[in-house]
Amino acid sequence: MTKHILLKVQNLAFERNDTVLFQPVDFELNSGEALQLQGINGSGKTTLFQLLTGIFQPSCGQISYCGQLFKDCRYAFLSNVLYIGHQSGVKAALTVDENLRWMSPNNTSSEKISAALKTVGLSDYAKIPCANLSAGQRRRVALARLMTSQAKLWFLDEPFTSLDKEGVELIEQCMSKHLNQGGSILFSSHQDLAQVKARIYKLQPFLEVA
Amino acid sequence: MANNLSGGFKAYLYRDLLLGIRNRGDLSKPLMFFLLVAIMVPLAIAPEASKLAAIAPGLIWILALLATLLSIERLFSEDYADGSLEQLLISPNMLMMPLLGKITAHWLVIGLPLTMLSPVIAIWFSLPVTAMIPMILSLALGTAVLSLIGAMGAALTLPRQGGVLLALLVMPLYMPVLIFGSATIQSAVDGLNWLAPLAMLAAFLAVAIVLCPLVISAGLKIAKNG
Repeated sequence: MTKHILLKVQNLAFERNDTVLFQPVDFELNSGEALQLQGINGSGKTTLFQLLTGIFQPSCGQISYCGQLFKDCRYAFLSNVLYIGHQSGVKAALTVDENLRWMSPNNTSSEKISAALKTVGLSDYAKIPCANLSAGQRRRVALARLMTSQAKLWFLDEPFTSLDKEGVELIEQCMSKHLNQGGSILFSSHQDLAQVKARIYKLQPFLEVA
Repeated sequence: MANNLSGGFKAYLYRDLLLGIRNRGDLSKPLMFFLLVAIMVPLAIAPEASKLAAIAPGLIWILALLATLLSIERLFSEDYADGSLEQLLISPNMLMMPLLGKITAHWLVIGLPLTMLSPVIAIWFSLPVTAMIPMILSLALGTAVLSLIGAMGAALTLPRQGGVLLALLVMPLYMPVLIFGSATIQSAVDGLNWLAPLAMLAAFLAVAIVLCPLVISAGLKIAKNG
């Protein structure tokens, strides 16, 4: 598979309540490549994800997908993005199965859903409301989306929080598989990954130029 | 998630109905409020049929309005807290259809049961039988408008759970619905043509279906931008 630039971010900056959050961000993300965002707490990692998904408008800078500007290809871009944030969108009142079905693409087959649940080790909990699950299990429900999604770009904000060791390993396997298939991953995490080779991008706090 | 217009509508309608059924304890509160107040009024005021029938058109509508208002602030707050609102905002599709789906689900679990309970209250208040059909029609249309307007308030007051601010924001817009809603019943009681005020409600609904989702989507984006 030939490599090409999926996502290009140029000079991206964001200002909130008169403070600039981070030094302008520049990076390229090729297909088959993972980029790990690092930065101290409060450095704006989650905000950066929200800028990249168009929830926030950047104060300056450009985001382009496959060579097109974000605003010109919003539909194509967002159709190819899977974003799992801190609040993962898992509904407490719905069962594990219903949640995954809801969050997966329309045409996902039941076999695919149960296979994904089996992989994350929640087969026995399929009919149980997520309100009764632990934080780590809920995280697993959200991450089971990685197996049903067809998106090329994965944006994962702290995917490993509250997961146990096997859970982390499992997600890493999932990530390497996605990379081998030519997908790209942008994720934030404070830990070093064992299986996934990722470039590291450090988000720097904004320094005023005197 | 949905990748066409009607799909977004159906998906959110179905999910919110399911959530409504699962959380039926919370949803029955506005309905209980509606029934309990209606039961207490004759006990507190006077059990005379003529007195009750005189206040019934207005009272039924005030109760329906307050019951809807009670239930509306939860419309987006839960989605906001668990992150599904974020997922809605980054879906590539227009927000309009998912929002209409959510609001339709709200009407089906609040407005429709209120409408179906209203004949019981009408009998309790000795409302003339001729006014029954106009009352049901006015409530069916009117509560849908109330859901749409209320959703606007709920979106604009995020991330806080509406409360007083929501009521203040939404009340002025609820007034025309209240006026024409109770006028529909009153006209029927007085033997006048009740189709005119009912047509006004239908017109409100048509305008609200088109305009409210625009305000709501803008409101949700602002809420997220905080």
